[in-house]
Amino acid sequence: MLEVENVVTRYGVIEALKGVSIRVERGEIVAIIGANGAGKSTLLMTICGQPRAASGRIRFEGREITDLPTYDIVRLGIVQAPEGRRIFPRMTVYENLLMGAVPTGGRYLEEDLERVFALFPRLKERLHQRGGTLSGGEQQMLCIGRALMARPKLLLLDEPSLGIAPILVRQIFEAIVAINRERGLSILLVEQNAYQALKIAHRGYVLASGRVVREGTGRQLLADPEVRAAYLEGGQ
Amino acid sequence: MAYFLQQLINGIALGMVYGLIAIGYSMVYGIIGMINFAHGEIYMIGAFVSIIFFTLLGMLGISWAPLALVLVLLAAIVITSLYGWTVERIAYRPLRGSFRLAPLISAIGMSIFLQTYVQVTQGAKIKPLQPVITGGITFTDASGFTVTISWIQVLIVVLTVALMAGFTWIIAKTPLGRAQRACAQDLKMAALCGVDVDRTISLTFVIGAALAAVAGLMATLYYGVIDFFIGFLAGVKAFTAAVLGGIGSIPGAMLGGLVLGLVEAFWSGYFSIEYKDVAAFTILVIVLIFLPTGILGQPEVEKV
Ligand SMILES: Nc1ncnc2c1ncn2[C@@H]1O[C@H](COP(=O)(O)OP(=O)(O)OP(=O)(O)O)[C@@H](O)[C@H]1O
Ligand SMILES: [Mg+2]
Repeated sequence: MLEVENVVTRYGVIEALKGVSIRVERGEIVAIIGANGAGKSTLLMTICGQPRAASGRIRFEGREITDLPTYDIVRLGIVQAPEGRRIFPRMTVYENLLMGAVPTGGRYLEEDLERVFALFPRLKERLHQRGGTLSGGEQQMLCIGRALMARPKLLLLDEPSLGIAPILVRQIFEAIVAINRERGLSILLVEQNAYQALKIAHRGYVLASGRVVREGTGRQLLADPEVRAAYLEGGQ
Repeated sequence: MAYFLQQLINGIALGMVYGLIAIGYSMVYGIIGMINFAHGEIYMIGAFVSIIFFTLLGMLGISWAPLALVLVLLAAIVITSLYGWTVERIAYRPLRGSFRLAPLISAIGMSIFLQTYVQVTQGAKIKPLQPVITGGITFTDASGFTVTISWIQVLIVVLTVALMAGFTWIIAKTPLGRAQRACAQDLKMAALCGVDVDRTISLTFVIGAALAAVAGLMATLYYGVIDFFIGFLAGVKAFTAAVLGGIGSIPGAMLGGLVLGLVEAFWSGYFSIEYKDVAAFTILVIVLIFLPTGILGQPEVEKV
């Protein structure tokens, strides 16, 4: 459903992606792992047109989206829960969720809110609290909840476990698996926590210095000695 | 006491005009982090459109004040908004994403251009307006002092309060207002939520220009004379009001405007009317040194 072909992305003179090709099939969880600065976040952002690819092509459901404005890409169903969560700090939890519902025009608001609360009951308790005052874990839940409010077809998750207590990490990973199973939602998951990510992923890619250096099923990558040495040292 | 009350009334009316202009500075700063130096000129254009339409309506024989006022108000809002929109489109949008000072320089250029454009097309001479609204309510206290609230002042207060109420509702409750706040807090994330950021920024300029147009109309009625240069002083004062209230904060802009109007009125009433503009600049300097985030400004730390 998503095909990224030979994409190059530059920040000024820095070439953050040097010809990356990946694909995500319908209903898959695909993990992207790699060291700091490998270009993982840049890849997710480029898919959303922020920044735009300098060359290469991105197709979604057979349609070329490389040069579409970000709001059109989002309306087609590619929604990102970005690195650092980027909750609107001076908006309430409820308003943050409303912002997530922008692409649907709020048509299924009640229904979608209930589904988010079913996944993250904590958000319902914090509904009128300002986003900036939530704990890191709560912000992550809100970040994923906000993305789900858009009714995505493909969810891009950037480091959902970053800076969060292990108990919450498990809860969030369970939520990711649940969303994927129950709704058949395709997920592209970027993670530092390579072990956890590869365990739940159908397939994965290893990114290093802006290039894909390995790809395979989650199981293959977990077993790959080089991947183990580079990214799973001290695993778990 | 009566004298004090009179200055208070004058200060409030003046402050509301400054507040309306200040909102335009504050909103634009809030959303794209730039000071739109051409905003004072947008206000000046609002004043010119008002005077031109009053003259036009006079020629058409429409002289019943309420009707003339409504028509001029609509014309001023529509035409001035168009200027606001155009300025953003041609002078700022192409520079988005370039180095930080570029739009600022462009704004100063725009400001000079608009001043010159009005000077050339409308002439450099002061333009007077035949009084449209006259009279007021006069109170006399025991010692024989009188306090007058002119109908123009009443109009300024009523119109401003109504506009502020509507505007506050838009910002707090509508999808457009939410999109605007989202853009102000995190432009990139707003885009990732599916907000058309360029359109939201355009609308911000349009709303700011519409409010400045109303201020321009009211100032024209209040002072009775305008020229192509009025945007400069009014712009600096409104900018001061925005900084004083906390730039980026909309209630702050209104509050800053009120404080500035009151200070100016009392300064002219009790110290020196020739140096009334000094008051505004003094405040700007003091605020920038001692209270850089303003009264209602958001401290930066809350940014996640
Ligand atoms: N806005 C930017 N301007 C300039 N360079 C950038 C920008 N964002 C990222 N880079 C550079 O691009 C490269 C890839 O960064 P990216 O954020 O995609 O890495 P990452 O794999 O997500 O890393 P991490 O695991 O630390 O999140 C890095 O060298 C980084 O310094
Ligand atoms: Mg990253």
